[in-house]
Amino acid sequence: MPRIRKNPTGVDPQLLVKDAAKLMPAPTRRLFLRGGASLGALAFLTGCDIVDSASAEHVLMKISYFNDRAQAWLFNPNKLAPTYPDSAVRRPFPFNAYYPEEDAPEVDKEDYKLEVGGMVDNKKSWTLDELYALPQETQITRLICVEGWSAIGKWTGTPLREFLRRVGADTRAKYVWFRCAEGYSTSIDMPTALHPQTQMTFKFDGEILPRKYGFPMKVRMPTKLGFKNPKHVMEMAVTDKYLGGYWEDQGYNWFSGI
Amino acid sequence: MSIGATHEQALTPAAPTGAAIHPLWVRLTHWVNAVAMIIMIGSGWQIYNASPLFAFLFPPGITLGGWLAGALLWHFAAMWLLVVNGLVYLVLGIATGRFRRKLVPIRPSEVLADTKAAFTGKLTYDDLSVYNAVQKLLYLGVILAGIVIVLSGLAIWKPVQLQELTAVFGGYDAARYVHFFAMAAIVGFFVLHVIMALLVPKSLRAMITGR
Repeated sequence: MPRIRKNPTGVDPQLLVKDAAKLMPAPTRRLFLRGGASLGALAFLTGCDIVDSASAEHVLMKISYFNDRAQAWLFNPNKLAPTYPDSAVRRPFPFNAYYPEEDAPEVDKEDYKLEVGGMVDNKKSWTLDELYALPQETQITRLICVEGWSAIGKWTGTPLREFLRRVGADTRAKYVWFRCAEGYSTSIDMPTALHPQTQMTFKFDGEILPRKYGFPMKVRMPTKLGFKNPKHVMEMAVTDKYLGGYWEDQGYNWFSGI
Repeated sequence: MSIGATHEQALTPAAPTGAAIHPLWVRLTHWVNAVAMIIMIGSGWQIYNASPLFAFLFPPGITLGGWLAGALLWHFAAMWLLVVNGLVYLVLGIATGRFRRKLVPIRPSEVLADTKAAFTGKLTYDDLSVYNAVQKLLYLGVILAGIVIVLSGLAIWKPVQLQELTAVFGGYDAARYVHFFAMAAIVGFFVLHVIMALLVPKSLRAMITGR
């Protein structure tokens, strides 16, 4: 097993506050319906307190699943994200995670092995040297965060579809799931996994991917919001089973296409 | 009564026979829009707070959703209500000729005269079926702001799939500002609109009962 120096899952919640404070009210991650005065205004308008019930949350999640399907329908597998000149790259590129930068997981490059599982022909693990030997391309695209801000970056790596072809993935499967060093996870639809700009990224701005940006490998997809781009990827699986993800399980829209 | 006379009355909403000032479809789409707009604006303020464009935040107490994920769920649920209702309103407004009858023409000289009259308390609202020039300008303006806020919202939501639309707004980051200012325009209208409805209560009654 790869050595990981720090593991932010289960750390003191105080450590999470710094970056995540604006994202979630501390004790009530899933109780997102407990809003403020404007909820009162809604209740006033509708004549009933719709927002205090679990059914409202249930309805909102149903609509979110509907929005997953609407976005999958809207997704054009041949439409490329706009690309930019080198001069447009944001330097330094903003660090963003649900943990402070010093808690970014540290993965040992010697011990690292990417585990590949699920509906693939070849389940052998991949060392970094083997991964680095794959054909690579560079993209300069815009990362858009679910918070609203955006930044243009330069990522270099192997198209995921090329890797999936090499491991003999069943591309009729619905999802590709990723597990990260610190416990993060996310999953994406197969059409996005096969999109030409979806990339297993080994370099940022020409340098080996630094720890803060996801060493040794992240998966970059300019057709989805930033949180769908996992860093420190340790394992991927091709599957028909919906496995959600770290943020998705807390209420963020699963498809989150852009 | 001849068919011709009935037709004539339909075109003259304030006819003595007591035809509705606002037909049912106007009242329904008006109130559905009010609910949709309040949800969109309240959740939009919460979303704004996650990455503010200016040096201020909206007080959490007047936002909707509790945190970013909750606000996004509300926003992307109510958008369907806003857009479908808005399309019904636009199609019927054009098809029935209501927009043409009620909202145009808008003459600058009349806008100036009616604005002056409004501030000197000389503007009357005896006939609610006829809009003064300031009303016409504001109602048409808020319809346009509604169209802009939906289009800029689509540009922010889908800057890859709808990148041509995003480009029209000057790119992703610029589209966020357009979206914000369209919201500000609608909120400004909303404040004035509510004040006027309270000052002229029979206009509120007309939007509920039709008369």
